[in-house]
Amino acid sequence: MAIKKICGVETEYGIVLRGAADSNPIAASSMLINAYVNEMVRARGGESVSSKVGWDFEDESPGNDARGIQAAGAMAPEVETHLVNAVLTNGARYYVDHAHPELSTPECADARSVVVYDRAAEEILKQSMEAARRLLPGGQEIVVYKNNSDRKGNSYGCHENYLMDRHVPFGRIVVHAMAHFITRQVFTGAGKVGTEVAGMTAEQIPFQLSQRADFFEEEVGLETTLKRPIVNTRDEPHSDAQKYRRLHVIVGDANLSEVSTFLKVGTTALVLAMVEDDFLTRELVFNTPVWALRQVSYDLTLTEPLELVDGSSITALEVQWELYDRARKYADAFGLECVGESTGQEVLRRWEAVLTGLETDPGSLASQLDWVAKYRLIEGYRERHGLRWDDARLAAMDLQYHDLRPERSLAARVGLERLTTDEEVREAITEPPTDTRAYFRGKCLQRWADDVVAANWDSLVFDVGQDPLRRVPMMEPTRGTAAQVGTLLAECSTSAELLERLGS
Amino acid sequence: MAEREQIKKPAKEREDVEVDDAPVTTERGEKLKAELDELLDEIDDVLETNAEEFVKSYVQKGGE
Repeated sequence: MAIKKICGVETEYGIVLRGAADSNPIAASSMLINAYVNEMVRARGGESVSSKVGWDFEDESPGNDARGIQAAGAMAPEVETHLVNAVLTNGARYYVDHAHPELSTPECADARSVVVYDRAAEEILKQSMEAARRLLPGGQEIVVYKNNSDRKGNSYGCHENYLMDRHVPFGRIVVHAMAHFITRQVFTGAGKVGTEVAGMTAEQIPFQLSQRADFFEEEVGLETTLKRPIVNTRDEPHSDAQKYRRLHVIVGDANLSEVSTFLKVGTTALVLAMVEDDFLTRELVFNTPVWALRQVSYDLTLTEPLELVDGSSITALEVQWELYDRARKYADAFGLECVGESTGQEVLRRWEAVLTGLETDPGSLASQLDWVAKYRLIEGYRERHGLRWDDARLAAMDLQYHDLRPERSLAARVGLERLTTDEEVREAITEPPTDTRAYFRGKCLQRWADDVVAANWDSLVFDVGQDPLRRVPMMEPTRGTAAQVGTLLAECSTSAELLERLGS
Repeated sequence: MAEREQIKKPAKEREDVEVDDAPVTTERGEKLKAELDELLDEIDDVLETNAEEFVKSYVQKGGE
């Protein structure tokens, strides 16, 4: 049976310093994060978040390739160790990456939990903007955008991660993940006015489904910043590498719609579970995957036939119906324990409803899908004012849809349906999920931040005043839950006691 | 085209869905349209004042 699909998202945000003559995005990102972390420290009397908890890079190896090769000329991503890096009490990592603020959610047990922590991440960024505003000179502010490009060809990502069984042949993952990634854009797309592909115009592509499709040039590969591949091969499991693989997905858009995020993660977790159990019998192999990815994004009618290598063709919606159909049968045959039973059922219900809506009247999904919400708003404005698609006002609205300032955000005004409550999102800002190892990490930082000198996805390093430093390995993403260690943590008054009880 | 025939929506699905040829005339469509009109009436207060300058100055360094 498929293993538990532990999952999470890491989002890079666009950043602008307003009111300053010139701005360095790395400095602005650092300031934004430091402003937040320092306020958290002060607000809790210095006990909750430690500004000195650094990220531990010892086990970071982003150059490992899942195919077991080092492609000639492949550019492995660099780990920038000198930049701001904080670990939060909810188990998340908040850091500067390539001149952007980036927040990785803690490890989550299911798609619904990811939605909660993704929303909490937005709140953290909002609080960070407020904290930075208090420090900046009058007239200056840092503004953060949850989008994926600057409309000038520079893109930044919203990456997903899924825990997989190491024993599944990577080639099998590639085939089915590829088919899903190319076609899931019909509900994961955040929408974009125009295109950033050189030589293409707003006349050819007035509006497209996806923020990211313009930027992919390879089918399979290791890069994340150049020649981006649809299926990324970074082999860095952050867990027991003998047992696990972490599928790193870089092709998705950052979503403001909770339903889009829920389906993006939920359907992908289901597809990967089926791959693991070898339940997907039919291989849908595209003739030209990179072009197919764009074809789907550029086709607002959702009817474009995509060529398969066997000479037949298929539409994105047909692929999604087929995957949905298999997932429904999979659920009936095996249950959905690996993606969370009730969450899995909810994913199936919404998946079916959204595919039906896309087939009959996409406009009816304006409160559920980002691209539909954005399109309706911008098309409505365009009609009202008689604008051409290349008018700067429409491009500005596209950017502003993603502005995280509540008083400016257009996404906050289009009536997107909520799956979460304000209360659970508020709690997720500081509290870790209870059902993954993130619980142990988050609780240790809440209780003993001053003793934690370094944190990492798969370990914590304590300094309890005696040499040497003590490393607690956390190689099992499903271990360290409230059920497993809640009592133990409650019974320990010091970190030294905890380490003694853990026998490490 | 035999394999295309595998792509069948669940039967119950096909019975339930009534394809609406003119979605805007439905009550829900009317409501959506009214909401959109209301939003468009007020949106100029929220929009960036100098769209051209704003779009031009929104430059990011590439990320992942």
